[in-house]
Amino acid sequence: MKPLMVLSSFFILASLTISQTALATNSSIAMLLEKYQSEGANQFDANKGKSKWQEQHIQKKTGKPVSCATCHTTDLRKTGSHIRTGKLIEAMSLKTNPKRFQDTKKIEKWFKRNCKWTWGRECTAQEKGDFLLFFQSQ
Amino acid sequence: MKQKRLWGTVLLFGCVTLSMATLAWSDGWEREGDEEHEGRGFMQQTAGVSPAINKAYKNECSACHFAYPAGFLPKRSWIKMMATLDDHFGENAELDNETTNEITSYLTTHAADQAPNRFSRSITRSIADKAVPLRITETNYFLRKHREIPKRMVEGNIKVRSFSNCISCHTGAERGSFDEDGVNIPGYGRWED
Repeated sequence: MKPLMVLSSFFILASLTISQTALATNSSIAMLLEKYQSEGANQFDANKGKSKWQEQHIQKKTGKPVSCATCHTTDLRKTGSHIRTGKLIEAMSLKTNPKRFQDTKKIEKWFKRNCKWTWGRECTAQEKGDFLLFFQSQ
Repeated sequence: MKQKRLWGTVLLFGCVTLSMATLAWSDGWEREGDEEHEGRGFMQQTAGVSPAINKAYKNECSACHFAYPAGFLPKRSWIKMMATLDDHFGENAELDNETTNEITSYLTTHAADQAPNRFSRSITRSIADKAVPLRITETNYFLRKHREIPKRMVEGNIKVRSFSNCISCHTGAERGSFDEDGVNIPGYGRWED
């Protein structure tokens, strides 16, 4: 009986940790969405995020067309890799990678870097919210 | 009997986890100690360089690449590096102001021309007074130390790819050890000249 209890408590602990991760992620995203709305964004739309994800932009420095999917791939459940450095990039899908979006500061940091690198400008509050919903939907 | 064995396994597992945690903990303390004593004899006795110890620097910079020791470039190089993160060798690596300031202050106080160890002094001497190099691999000291390594072992080696991947060959790089003894080139083995 005792080993069974030990095992089951392990499982309970493990599942608690997992659900807490999901909770932390969802609350971080909710916080950001609220912030983006206060900055003037309207209703967010995962489909808009999806189409923007693949929108090609010519990079000024290299003259090459790039999109978010160039490094992250179009399938958010897959691991991406940076086109130049080859750095592996964890999957963006919240379902495959629930730990990905727990830190709002980190999310904003990468939005800023990657929007400027890919599009040559920062993303608007609306665009960022659409992307987050897109990540959540996959 | 079976139950006993299971409990034994659980206990053993617990002990191993605890001891590992303790080890990691004490290692952290020692490193902090190193920083405090740096410049007062400890670093001067070795040919090595102080490894990256600042938490923000490690977290932010090694998210993408090896955290190069601050003592590998002079203060003026780090200032320029941190002021141009929006175009960091072709990548955007911008940070918020607070983090940028913290990392800049760490790098500049531990820079090659500020550190008293032999390694950093040699690097500093190899850089022209007016030059502000951003690539460690372009300093004369670096070039001199690596001139005998054939390109096929580095740039032509899929497991290394670039001279900027210190850790691929310098097995002790994370501890600040770049001695020849610790070199192991993937696919080629130890390097002795």
